[in-house]
Amino acid sequence: MAEATGTATADTVIDSGDDGVRRRDFINIAAVSAAGIGGLSVLYPLISQMAPSADVLAESSTELDTAAIAPGQAIKAIFRKQPLFVRRLTEVELDEANAVQLADLRDPATMADRTKEGHGDILVTMGVCTHLGCVPLGAAEGENKGEYGGYFCPCHGSHYDTAGRIRKGPAPTNLEVPEYEFTSESIIRVG
Amino acid sequence: MSFSWARQYEPKNGFTQWMDERLPLPRLVYNAVGAGYPVPRNLNYMWNFGVLAGFFLVLQIITGVVLAMHYASDATVAFAKVEHIMRDVNWGWLMRYAHANGASFFFIVIYMHIFRGFFYSSYKAPREMIWLLGVVIFLLMMATAFMGYVLPWGQMSFWGAKVITGLFGAIPLVGEPLQVWLLGGFAPDDAALNRFFSLHFLLPFVIAGVVIMHIWALHIPGSSNPTGVEVKQESDTVPFHPYYTAKDGFGLGVILILFAIMVFFLPNALGHPDNYIEANPLSTPAHIVPEWYFWPFYAILRAFTVDFLFIPAKLMGVIAMFGSILIWFILPWLDRSPVRSGHYRPLFRKFFWFGLIPAMVVLFICGGAPAEEPYVMLSQLATAYYFLHFLVIIPIIGQIEKPKPLPYSITEAVLGSDKKAVKGENATPAV
Repeated sequence: MAEATGTATADTVIDSGDDGVRRRDFINIAAVSAAGIGGLSVLYPLISQMAPSADVLAESSTELDTAAIAPGQAIKAIFRKQPLFVRRLTEVELDEANAVQLADLRDPATMADRTKEGHGDILVTMGVCTHLGCVPLGAAEGENKGEYGGYFCPCHGSHYDTAGRIRKGPAPTNLEVPEYEFTSESIIRVG
Repeated sequence: MSFSWARQYEPKNGFTQWMDERLPLPRLVYNAVGAGYPVPRNLNYMWNFGVLAGFFLVLQIITGVVLAMHYASDATVAFAKVEHIMRDVNWGWLMRYAHANGASFFFIVIYMHIFRGFFYSSYKAPREMIWLLGVVIFLLMMATAFMGYVLPWGQMSFWGAKVITGLFGAIPLVGEPLQVWLLGGFAPDDAALNRFFSLHFLLPFVIAGVVIMHIWALHIPGSSNPTGVEVKQESDTVPFHPYYTAKDGFGLGVILILFAIMVFFLPNALGHPDNYIEANPLSTPAHIVPEWYFWPFYAILRAFTVDFLFIPAKLMGVIAMFGSILIWFILPWLDRSPVRSGHYRPLFRKFFWFGLIPAMVVLFICGGAPAEEPYVMLSQLATAYYFLHFLVIIPIIGQIEKPKPLPYSITEAVLGSDKKAVKGENATPAV
């Protein structure tokens, strides 16, 4: 169109508007854009359908009672289809955890950071090793608690201390503390 | 395309002539795997494995479709359905054992095929595209095999799925949501099992599609050969049929004997007893290992135990594991030596037999062993050599090596002289 010379061809006669924009170019760009945006918008539902469905999300909070847990004992519960450890710590275990220098930790956090105020002896963590997702030992009676008296993952040898913090082995971070709250003196609601 | 001396297809009767004018399928077969496709005359048995891989792909699709008729991908019944196949379905045990061992044999022949490619540098120009498509097929195979192993919903299925999707969790920022998205939940469950089944059914057909492109790309330059010297004349080739249909048929017979021994006498030898325990999200098996064909890569994954600069050890392992295969994509451009065959490359051959192969064997053994010493240290050494081999040693050898003199032609390599070739030798009487 820009190179149009004096010779009027069939094309220039049909397509050239006064402003130099060809009607056919406009229709072409508009049609391809509409088809492209339309096609791309189909991607959203296609990707989103893979995310957790409503029934999976509906099971995403768990309530449990901590009253029956004796000091030094732990219970295993299920939260989001994954194991959850709830442990009542003894005085000794608390002192051990508090005696550690933060600088010595791979993933620094204090005991107070990992528990709720007023319930400093209740430690709630996921029972999922942060290395590759195995279930650590140490929650049930008689299981290996590892070198630091907390939890021990048998898969690749990660040792967690009494606060569930990673101390030795390949795991990169502490056992995850899920979001939870005390709904009464002893009932907790996780998730 | 083909060589100028390739025999032309001639329809022999009224029907084939009628077909040739409407859908020239017989012509396609004749030119692709028949007498119309000239192939180097000196191919050894290492050139059998492409056809064998094709055979096992077909076997997996047939047995897999049959198994799908009796299986249900519901987490509450999947485990029981597999036992139903084993005990109740007529010949179900045969279908399942053939499918499970068929996967192992598919990987055996693919590894031989890749080994052939490494030693004879089959990836070099003008065959880079064949190689690239081959690596794509291998990646698709790994994904398919992994998802298939989850379907019986045993302990190894469940924890394998958890550990492998957990790898994606190592990716910074998007890792966690990505893992939840892949699983459709917070741990492997119904949603994950269903999508794995769907994809496990789909991917073999995607593989078949890429295989067609792989063969198409192969038929442009034609097969390489043990001398690495390109075909120059008619006496360098023989027609694919009957020469290589017969040779491949023999190889197929041998591997089917081995396959039958495994299916009928050692059906569970390559599996894990733990997978006959139903999936339990609250109890991890003491020793999680993937199937044997993933061991070298699993060893690379676990070789990284300390953080590297600002990259956590776990992420480094994931990057290295995927990188160990992705590196094959640039191999045609890392290896600059103009000589193809390892037979004529003295230095390359030393590093191949005494470097790469031992490193792979060490990785294989360590991948199947528990994550303790000395296996961790050995896999670190072998991983270091593996990357060094491809990224440093191969490019340097290409620069400094003095290759042995190449024969002028394939005919000379086989007969001692081009003159000994009988003219028109390949014009064997039509069968």
